[in-house]
Amino acid sequence: MVETYPFPADTNHVITASRVNFFYGATQALFDISMDIPGRRVTAFIGPSGCGKSTFLRIFNRMNDTITGTRIEGEVLINGEDIYESGSNVVRLRRKVGMVFQKSNPFPKSIFDNVAYGPRIHGTHDRQQLAEIVEQSLIRSALWNEVKDRLETNALGLSGGQQQRLCIARALAVGPDILLMDEPASALDPKSTIRIEDLIGELRNEYTIVIVTHNMQQAARISDYTAFFYEGRLVEFNATKKIFTKPREKQTEDYITGRFG
Amino acid sequence: MWKDKAMRLLMVSAASTSIFLVALIFIFLVKEAAPFVLTPGLRALLDRQWIPVSFVQEHFGILPLVTGSALVTGLSMLFTIPLSVLGAIYIAEIANPVEREILKPFIELLASIPSVVLGFFGLVVLAPLIKALFGLGTGLTALTGAFLLTLMAIPTVITLSEDAIMSVPRAYKDASQALGASDLQTIFRVIIPAALPGIIAAIMLGVGRVIGETMAVLMVTGNSALMSWSPLAPVRTMTATIAAEMGEVSFGSIHYQALFWIGLVLLAVTFILNIIAQRVLVRYGMMK
Amino acid sequence: MSTRREQIIYLLIRMVMYSIVLVIGYILFDIVRHGLPALNWEFISEYPRKSGSEGGILPAIVGTLSLLAGTIIVALPLGICSAIYLSEYAEQTRFTTIIRLAIITLAGVPSIVFGLFGLGLFVLFLNFGTSILAGSLTLACMVLPTIIVSSEEALRAVPLGYRDASLALGATKWETIRTNVLPYSLSGIITGSILGIGRAAGETAPILLTVAAFYLPKLPKSIFDQVMALPYHLYILATQHPEADKVLPLQYATALVLLLLVLGLSLGAIFIRIHFRKKYRW
Repeated sequence: MVETYPFPADTNHVITASRVNFFYGATQALFDISMDIPGRRVTAFIGPSGCGKSTFLRIFNRMNDTITGTRIEGEVLINGEDIYESGSNVVRLRRKVGMVFQKSNPFPKSIFDNVAYGPRIHGTHDRQQLAEIVEQSLIRSALWNEVKDRLETNALGLSGGQQQRLCIARALAVGPDILLMDEPASALDPKSTIRIEDLIGELRNEYTIVIVTHNMQQAARISDYTAFFYEGRLVEFNATKKIFTKPREKQTEDYITGRFG
Repeated sequence: MWKDKAMRLLMVSAASTSIFLVALIFIFLVKEAAPFVLTPGLRALLDRQWIPVSFVQEHFGILPLVTGSALVTGLSMLFTIPLSVLGAIYIAEIANPVEREILKPFIELLASIPSVVLGFFGLVVLAPLIKALFGLGTGLTALTGAFLLTLMAIPTVITLSEDAIMSVPRAYKDASQALGASDLQTIFRVIIPAALPGIIAAIMLGVGRVIGETMAVLMVTGNSALMSWSPLAPVRTMTATIAAEMGEVSFGSIHYQALFWIGLVLLAVTFILNIIAQRVLVRYGMMK
Repeated sequence: MSTRREQIIYLLIRMVMYSIVLVIGYILFDIVRHGLPALNWEFISEYPRKSGSEGGILPAIVGTLSLLAGTIIVALPLGICSAIYLSEYAEQTRFTTIIRLAIITLAGVPSIVFGLFGLGLFVLFLNFGTSILAGSLTLACMVLPTIIVSSEEALRAVPLGYRDASLALGATKWETIRTNVLPYSLSGIITGSILGIGRAAGETAPILLTVAAFYLPKLPKSIFDQVMALPYHLYILATQHPEADKVLPLQYATALVLLLLVLGLSLGAIFIRIHFRKKYRW
């Protein structure tokens, strides 16, 4: 499958951001960003730290709302719906848009309760049904075989890589269409990183994945499209192959060839 | 979502009660004390004598009580400050980790001994000791009270001073030692000066605690409302006066109002001490 | 590498510290030594006779326990909710600053002033009379700041990541707090609160004016009754009793019971902390 940009006409744009500006108090963090993110593909955000890639990611599930004093301008559509429209339901949004964080953050509960957490708060209490969801989610996150015999043990007893896959399972259990990943492997050893990357490869056929990474090889390995951010601006967005072989912008080239950042 | 909003409202209301409480305390103290302003008038509080019950002439001068509180507090600070600061230095800089783990709860233990128990101890053990030691007619003196108050202030002042010392950046210590200063020189020339604002705030909060302390002083200071600056004479503090006399006044009487005025003075003094201490802590970045 | 002079200074500082420890130890020792002989089942389970010269202190124990219960019922929910607001909801606004200022102010108010306030508001204005209700409310006001401060600290100790993860899964703010913040901080909240409330158990000044009975050899029937209380009973026996010297053993025993109650609460709190520390670790 060769990804091209501009997108083919029949591409389904799951996320459409237009002219997004974002502010932390008086400081502007994002400048006039417009971007279409295709469905069932992996899109990577790269750029030096502080370039706004994580902030932009957190706009898609409105996690920035939890930080006081933030403000957004512009329009963000997910599946055609304006997620910042007044009256839009954050809870429903976050069921559709799952997130995996940089530092794995399983709750200090059992493995089962971790994965069942989302379904439970959304109203599923039938034990049988929960068990099924938990099993399916753990299978998808490639963790089932390692933990199936100790679902009731505390999740904090898992290794770092396992914890992160558990967090992915936990996000999948809610049944999202989109998975946001904020440097999901940056705190892991190389072996665990490869497992996460393999997992992303397996998930890409079913989910729209947006991943922030500071690791350019990782972006090149796993993503179909890549966006390069610099100082709060979207410098270049293209098929990953293009970005890493023939970037249009000088800044992009400098970054990926390691001249700065 | 309505539940989410309702819970938020509940938490906001709960948090607001603190504000209401402060306002209510002030309002009710003023309300009970207020009629005193008309008769006999506020000037009566400046009288040099406190003789609230008399067939001849009642006096509601709070000055002897203020000096009583000042004397006892001052004396106790004379002991509290060196003991607590050295104690804090010991815990923060000298003690080994095991010692620290034992000493800290022990100091907390002192803080949780009820003041009436300390007062009782002062009455039956300390007072006879002081009486014998100084050859006095009674062991119930300002000094006896000051000793007990020292015990009550030490936990507050040690704990807060230790926090202040601990909050001094490690780099200062390293820099000093790299220049060849000994541990002790580092402690007294670098760490203590850097922690000084915090230590001063700790002392102020200790003073606030001591001025407001009631039972211990009520039980061991003899409760004589004569103006005196002698540590070995009986005194009567503001707090002890309220505690001792409130049970016997008729509600609404001038005497009753005068006792509420004492309460207002106490409230004002502790409030000011508290606010200044917090200012110092915030200003020097020692507030968490 | 310290000189001889420095060694002496170290020794002095160590002596200061240990003399403080010694004094605390001696006070506890003195009370246990003299209190234990007079402490027996009869003393704890019987009514006082002859204005406290004989018999036990059951009404005072019951009185203090009912005051404690009342204080907990009022102060704990209020304190925890305030702490949740401060830790989870509060933004850097003027309102928050004023709340914090109010809490600091409350923490500094002398206990006898709380007594005056309780007398003015609960006993007289609200007409509760000198009663368990008035006393509990007064004590609750007094311990509120301690509970708020320690609860907030416990809540803030919960890593931010749990909140983010829960919110990202579509939980509402309250669901997040209820399922992923409160459970992990509960041990800290309880520990801090018990320590604060334990102190209330030993307080005399506030109850002096709002609830405590001089001598009342019966148990309370409702929250509008007066009660005897341990600290006040000790105060009366030690200073107002006509034969104070004769009842010295009873004074010691009362002091010991009070001390055991207060320290028992504190120790209980510390055990809870240790127990739960094993359960949640991050």
